[in-house]
Amino acid sequence: MDFLRNLPFFCIMLAMFTGIVSSAVSGRVARRLTLSMVTAVLVMSALTLGYAEQVGESITYLMGHFPAPWGNEIRFSTLEAFLALYFAIIMLLSVLGGWSHAVIDIEAGKENLFYVLIDLMMSSLLAMIYTNDLFTGYVFVEINTIAACGMIMIRQNGHGIVAAIRYMVMSLIGSGLFLIGISLLYDVTGHLLMVPAHGAVEKIVTERTYIVPLLVIIVLISVGMAIKSGLYPFHSWIPETYGYATPTASAILSSLVSKGYIILLIKIFYRVIGFDTVISSHVLNALFAFGVIAMIMGSVHAILQTDCRKMIAYSSVAQIGYIYMGIGLGTKAGMVAAVFHLLTHAATKSLLFISAVGLYEVSDGRTDYLGLRNAGFRNRVAGLAFSVGALSMVGFPMLSGFISKYLFATAALEKPHKMLITLAALIISTVLNAIYFLRQVVTIYSGRPGEAVSTGRFIKEAIAESTFSERFASIALVLLNLFLGLFSEVVINLISRGLDLFA
Amino acid sequence: MSRIRDNYKSSPAGRFEAWYKDGYDPMDDRMDIHIPAQTEEDYDPTDVIAGLDLEDTVYDRTANKALRISGYIYKILSVVLCVVMIGVLIWMVQYLPAFGQPDNPVNNEVSARYIGSGVQETGAINFVTGMILDYRAFDTFGESCVLFIATICVQILLRYDEGEKDPENVRRRHQAATDRLFEPKNDIILQKVSVVLVPLLFIFGIYIILNGHLSPGGGFSGGAVIGAGLILYLCSYGYSKTERFFTIRTFRIISLAALITYCLAKSYSFYTGANHLESHIPLGTPGAILSSGLILVLNICVGSVVACTMYAFYTLFRKGDF
Amino acid sequence: MSIGVLFSSHLEETVAMILFGIGFSLLLLNRNLIKKIMGLNIMDTAVYLFLTAKGYIYGRMVPILTDGITDPNAYTNPIPDGLVLTGIVVSVSVSALLLSLTIRLYDRYHTLDLDKIIMEWRKEEDA
Repeated sequence: MDFLRNLPFFCIMLAMFTGIVSSAVSGRVARRLTLSMVTAVLVMSALTLGYAEQVGESITYLMGHFPAPWGNEIRFSTLEAFLALYFAIIMLLSVLGGWSHAVIDIEAGKENLFYVLIDLMMSSLLAMIYTNDLFTGYVFVEINTIAACGMIMIRQNGHGIVAAIRYMVMSLIGSGLFLIGISLLYDVTGHLLMVPAHGAVEKIVTERTYIVPLLVIIVLISVGMAIKSGLYPFHSWIPETYGYATPTASAILSSLVSKGYIILLIKIFYRVIGFDTVISSHVLNALFAFGVIAMIMGSVHAILQTDCRKMIAYSSVAQIGYIYMGIGLGTKAGMVAAVFHLLTHAATKSLLFISAVGLYEVSDGRTDYLGLRNAGFRNRVAGLAFSVGALSMVGFPMLSGFISKYLFATAALEKPHKMLITLAALIISTVLNAIYFLRQVVTIYSGRPGEAVSTGRFIKEAIAESTFSERFASIALVLLNLFLGLFSEVVINLISRGLDLFA
Repeated sequence: MSRIRDNYKSSPAGRFEAWYKDGYDPMDDRMDIHIPAQTEEDYDPTDVIAGLDLEDTVYDRTANKALRISGYIYKILSVVLCVVMIGVLIWMVQYLPAFGQPDNPVNNEVSARYIGSGVQETGAINFVTGMILDYRAFDTFGESCVLFIATICVQILLRYDEGEKDPENVRRRHQAATDRLFEPKNDIILQKVSVVLVPLLFIFGIYIILNGHLSPGGGFSGGAVIGAGLILYLCSYGYSKTERFFTIRTFRIISLAALITYCLAKSYSFYTGANHLESHIPLGTPGAILSSGLILVLNICVGSVVACTMYAFYTLFRKGDF
Repeated sequence: MSIGVLFSSHLEETVAMILFGIGFSLLLLNRNLIKKIMGLNIMDTAVYLFLTAKGYIYGRMVPILTDGITDPNAYTNPIPDGLVLTGIVVSVSVSALLLSLTIRLYDRYHTLDLDKIIMEWRKEEDA
């Protein structure tokens, strides 16, 4: 039983090992390796979750022979194990849902490199979830950034490369701020491991010796991570990158990459700086303000789009805003709501990207609003999945989006001076969401059934092309959404216990 | 007529109407652009030029007023952000611990143990090497993976394969093929100098790698020196001579073997460390070349990966192949 | 505190912060891709200067065992040096990636000005 402690470490190393081996095999083998690796990570994370649940407290695992302030270590409890499990599920379904397109979109002979990127992305996400060391966090943030850039540009049609360079420039600005933040933190605390650094930070707060640098550090780290995850004024790269990448890449980028950064940020808030110190620094108010602006502006931009992919991408901007608004509330309820919304958004956005592709397939490759007319009848599975995703984003009861909106609203009630703004923003954003998502849903089910697109291929052939794995992935993501919506109590309970263990 | 309809379509009322009708537009066939068959007489070059002008005025920041204003606002905000950030950082510096004082927070029990017991625990004379390859080895493994993934991305971008269809890539492959035509360069000065320098660079690089745990240096710096030697040899003697001993196959085998060794060696040491098992790796006599356990092996791995990567970057940048 | 005092007590840190600001502004504001990459490298180098300055202690030796002395008070701090080594590799990798992106963009659009590239790109997208 004690052997199960090793599993998180095995997950990280296995993902890296698969990545290294995949660089030397053919595309098909690399895909199978990746799928089996992600499945193995999924199983191991589930076992870890069971083990952590049984132990009931945070488990520290040494990466080497030396304990806390000297050697690297990873640390996990139920929340970390659950996040790893969840991310592995989303990763598996995204790869399954988009591989038939990846074969077309990627140059022949370079397919295996795409799966190398996915493997290393998985390992960096796991390392960001589990790590207990600031500098390890920085190194894996960089791996994540480079892997994301590779996924954006793997579809080499000019668009991908421009999108990739814009993403890289923004991301590197964020990394630079994060790196100088960590260096300053190391300078005033003398530690890189999170737990000893927390002791030193507490000493600084009580003795008020280096309080000014500490404030600057909190600002630098928060702003760096906010830039990397695409908070509103720094969102300009999101629509281009998500809109033009190959479907697997879009799903992974929108639902996992930015989430990894947010989890690392929450972890630093809780475990290094201490949540009380963060609240008293008023950085959260800034995050709250930008989150609210993002919620509204993202939705407004999404309404103005005629291209379905860009609409979904702009909706991501709004959803990232929701998460930062929850963090910015500065209460535990707000944080729980933010983490829950993070899960919701991960499940829903990958569902939307994958099912939308099923709709383009039967619409002669058209991606604009009107081009998708009637597509819901031509590809019923994709139409159903898209509708469920859209309804979840709008906040339809029984689906996960409803629960996260409800959690945000109840969390806002605890904070009298932020309550009005939060509720108003929630309402406005929900209405705007409803406008563009329901409009798209109505469009894909309007017109005479059976009406074909003017110049389309023969429809049955197109549906046959939407492979079994794609339909399987859509259905599984729908079920995941329903699970989050119907059994939310379990998940909320797990998150709130996990956040207590985070510190 | 068409312009009026377009104006209406883009006005708020038009958008509302389109939305109200579920996006169903009775004049939808307008979306399919039927390009009228053009005859020779119809063709008027000024049309094309006028079209270009229109596009330029839409997208060019200097001509389009809305874009220009938003561009100005963006610029001003960015400049303000930069100025504020530099100001805050410089203002904050005075509150930091003083320079070079032994009682600063960074000089605590962590560095004391790295120095005090580093030699017994890692076997490395060079405390920095001992720290990055033993105490904090997970970071360093991540760092090697950063280098690996960057090579993968550069390959995705710049490597060309047979059977390329994209015209851009075909042109690049043609350029690469012509690049070889001018070889060997027969630059007598370069060749004579590299006869002397290349062996020295190789030996110096190997020296740096093997002495990573004894003196300043290590895998990365030594690998960079060997990579520089390879590049110099390539520049003076050309691909035909270099490919006698270094091809894409060599690159793949060396980097794969080195990274797998690194991964397995570190997994073993993490596993034994975390489960408090004996690691069975002798540390040797501190100060000897064959000492300090896994550090020497890891340095050799990192060194060979870096040497191959540097050479690969050069050739990929130059001609998109090895 | 006057500028003079600041420069005498925290010269290295101040210079590092100024360099960081220069690199940051270049990366954010300059339109030329090559200059952006230079800005990135200046920014990273500023962080390394800062870290190395933090590791130094007056009158001590480099952290390599000399004459068998294992007293921690005889050597400077080895940790920042290790962080700089790791950071350099990361910055090399990122620079290589950005440069190869730049090569591809220059091949396609024949300019290094990011604004012009984006303008061309929007045109292609609408076409």
